[in-house]
Amino acid sequence: MAAKTVTEERNIYYIEAMREGLRAMLGEDENVVVIGEDVGRSVIGATRGLVEDFGPMRVRNTPISEATFVGMCVGAAAVGLRPVVDLMVGSFFYVAMDQLADQAAKLRYMSGGQVNLPIVYFTATGPSGSAAAQHSENPHPMLMNVAGLKIVMPSTPYDAKGLMVSAIRDDNPVVYLQDFVLGGVRGPVPEGTYSIPLGVGDIKRAGKDVTVVAIGAAVPKALRVANKLEAEGISVEVVDPRTLVPLDMDLILESVARTGRLVVVDNARLTCSAASEIVASVSEKGFDLLKAAPQRVAWENVPVPFSPPLEERALISDSDIDSAIRMTLA
Amino acid sequence: MTKTSAFDHLSQDDAIGMLRNMIRIRRFEEKLTVLFKRGKLPGFVHLYTGEEAIAVGACSALRTDDRITSTHRGHGHLIAKGARVDRMMAELFGRVDGYCRGKGGSMHIVSFDLSIIGTNGIVGGGIPIGTGSAWADRHLGRDNVTIVFFGDGASNQGVFFESMNIASVWGLPVIFVCENNGYTEWTPTSELTAGNIVDRAAPMGIPGESVDGNDVVAMRFAVERAVERARKGEGPTLIEAKSYRWNGHNEGEEAFAGAYRPEAEQAEWRERDPIVAFGERLVESEWLTREEWAAIDSDEQAQVDAAVEFAENSPFPDAEEALDHLFAPSKESA
Repeated sequence: MAAKTVTEERNIYYIEAMREGLRAMLGEDENVVVIGEDVGRSVIGATRGLVEDFGPMRVRNTPISEATFVGMCVGAAAVGLRPVVDLMVGSFFYVAMDQLADQAAKLRYMSGGQVNLPIVYFTATGPSGSAAAQHSENPHPMLMNVAGLKIVMPSTPYDAKGLMVSAIRDDNPVVYLQDFVLGGVRGPVPEGTYSIPLGVGDIKRAGKDVTVVAIGAAVPKALRVANKLEAEGISVEVVDPRTLVPLDMDLILESVARTGRLVVVDNARLTCSAASEIVASVSEKGFDLLKAAPQRVAWENVPVPFSPPLEERALISDSDIDSAIRMTLA
Repeated sequence: MTKTSAFDHLSQDDAIGMLRNMIRIRRFEEKLTVLFKRGKLPGFVHLYTGEEAIAVGACSALRTDDRITSTHRGHGHLIAKGARVDRMMAELFGRVDGYCRGKGGSMHIVSFDLSIIGTNGIVGGGIPIGTGSAWADRHLGRDNVTIVFFGDGASNQGVFFESMNIASVWGLPVIFVCENNGYTEWTPTSELTAGNIVDRAAPMGIPGESVDGNDVVAMRFAVERAVERARKGEGPTLIEAKSYRWNGHNEGEEAFAGAYRPEAEQAEWRERDPIVAFGERLVESEWLTREEWAAIDSDEQAQVDAAVEFAENSPFPDAEEALDHLFAPSKESA
C-alpha cells in the first residue's frame, strides 16, 4: 500500500479514480475482463475509453440480460477469468438476484471450498435526484445479508481507486457500490497503482465527543455537519467503514470507546440497514462504552419518490444528522 | 461380420463402458430409493432413473477437461462425468469424505477436478454458469466445450433464452442439452410449455436437434456433432433429449403428489428401458455376452454397496466447518 500522503497533489473525479483502478488492473492481469451494457461508451463513465486501449473482447458490451451475465461470471471465474461487471444501476442487481445470491455467493461454500470466484460487480447506485424508485436504490443492506459477497462502498476518489484495485485482486465475489452523487466529486488521487485492504475502515475526521459512522454518500454529509458543529464546540469523529463486508468493527468500537456516543448515517432504508447492523453490534459489544442511546439516520421505509419535495422528505438530510448528534449529547 | 455397423465409429470398449456407466447410475439410484425410505439420507433426493442414456451418451462425447453444469437431478451427470460413487454417497450422507465435505448434498455435488463446475438446486440456475465457462474458454483461446444440462421445466426460465442469445452472438462453445422427461415437477410439461423446446433454437440462429433420449448411441452422436461444431468455433447447439422420469419429482412425493401420471404411460416407458435396450443391441452385435453383462451388473452393484459402507464409515465434518469455506483467503485483506 502506497503512502497516503501525496507529494504533488493531483485532484481527479471519483469516476476517473474508478477508471484508473480498472485500467491498472486490465493492464496488470490479462485475465481481467470488463463486461456490461454499453461498457464501450459507458453511460456513467467508469469504463469510458477503456475499449480503445484494451479492445472489444476485454471491454465487452453485453445484451440487456443481467441475470445471465451476472451468472456467466461465475462459470467464467471458475475456469480462470477475472470478470468485472458494470451493472450500471444498483436496482439492476434485483434482476439478477438468483445468480448473485444463490450462485456467485454460494458456490465456493457449497462446494466445500473447491473453487475461488474472483468477480467484481460494480455499479452506480443510490439516489441522484428524481431518478425515482427504480433507479435510486441502495442494495447494500440486502446484500450484506447474503453470506458470500464482499461489499465495498467508497466515499472518496482516493478510496474509489484503491478499493477498485483490491476488489479486482480479491479472489472472491465483490460488490462495489459507487453512490451516484459521488461520481462527480474531486479529490486527491496518486497517479500510481495502490490498494486499500478490504475490511479496513478509515477515520475521515478526528473528534472526541460523538462518533458518526457514515457510509458512501453519507460521508460528505456527515463531514459537512461535523464542520458546522465544530463552531459550537461539538467535536465529531467521522468514521467511514469503506467496506461493509468485511466490516471493521474494531475501528468503530475504538472510536466509540473514545467518544462514548454513536450515530450511524446510512444512505439506505432504515429497516435492516447497515446502520441497524452497526448499532446492534456496538450495543452488544460496547454497551458499557455508550453514554447515550445510539442513533440511526437512514431513509424512510418507502421507495424513493420522484417529485423533489417528496424525495427530500424520504431521504436523509444534514439536519437529520445534526439532530441525531444532538440527541446523543442531550 | 461388421460388428460396428450398428454403432458407426463407436468402439467396442466405448460401448461397453457406456453400458457400465448407465448401470452404475441405475444401481446407485436404486440404492438411494431404499436408503431414503429407511430415513438414512438427510434432506431430499431427485432421481434420474430412466434418463441414464442422456447423461452417458452426452458425457461420452466429451474429453475429461470439457465441462458440464448439472441440475437438481444430477447424479447421472456426475457419474457419467467420472465421479466416484463412494464420494458421492458420502456427500449424500453429509460426511466429510463427500465431494463437498458434506456442505452440498444431493443437489450440489461438484468436482472441479472433474470439470463439473456446478450442479444446482435452482431450476435453470446452471444455464448462465455453463455459458460463462464456455465464454472464458473461448476468450482464453482454449478448445474446451461445456455441456449445460437442464430440464424441460428450465426451458421456461428467462436465463435459458438469454443464454442462448448471448451464446449465439458471441459464438460460444456451449451445448444446451434439455432433458425433456415429460413433467415439470408434478404437471405435464405439455400444459406449461409452448411449442417444441427444440424449436427455440431457430430464432436464436443456432442448430437444434431432437434426439431419442433413451438411445444412448443417438445421444452420443448428436452431442459429438455439437462438440465438433463448438470446438471449431461454430458456436452453440440446442439438443432436446426426450425421455421419461421413472420416479417422482423427488423421493417421498407420494405423501402429497397423488397419482398424477397414468399407470399405462409409466409402464410404456419402463418397457423402453434405455439400459436393457442398449445391452440387447450389444448382445445382438456380439460385442457382449449375457454373462459379461451380468458380471458388469453385479460388479457395479458391489461398488454401490461398498459406497454405502464407505459413506457410513466416513465421519461427519467437525461442526466448526460450518464456518469455513465462505471466502478464499485474500492476498489484499488485512
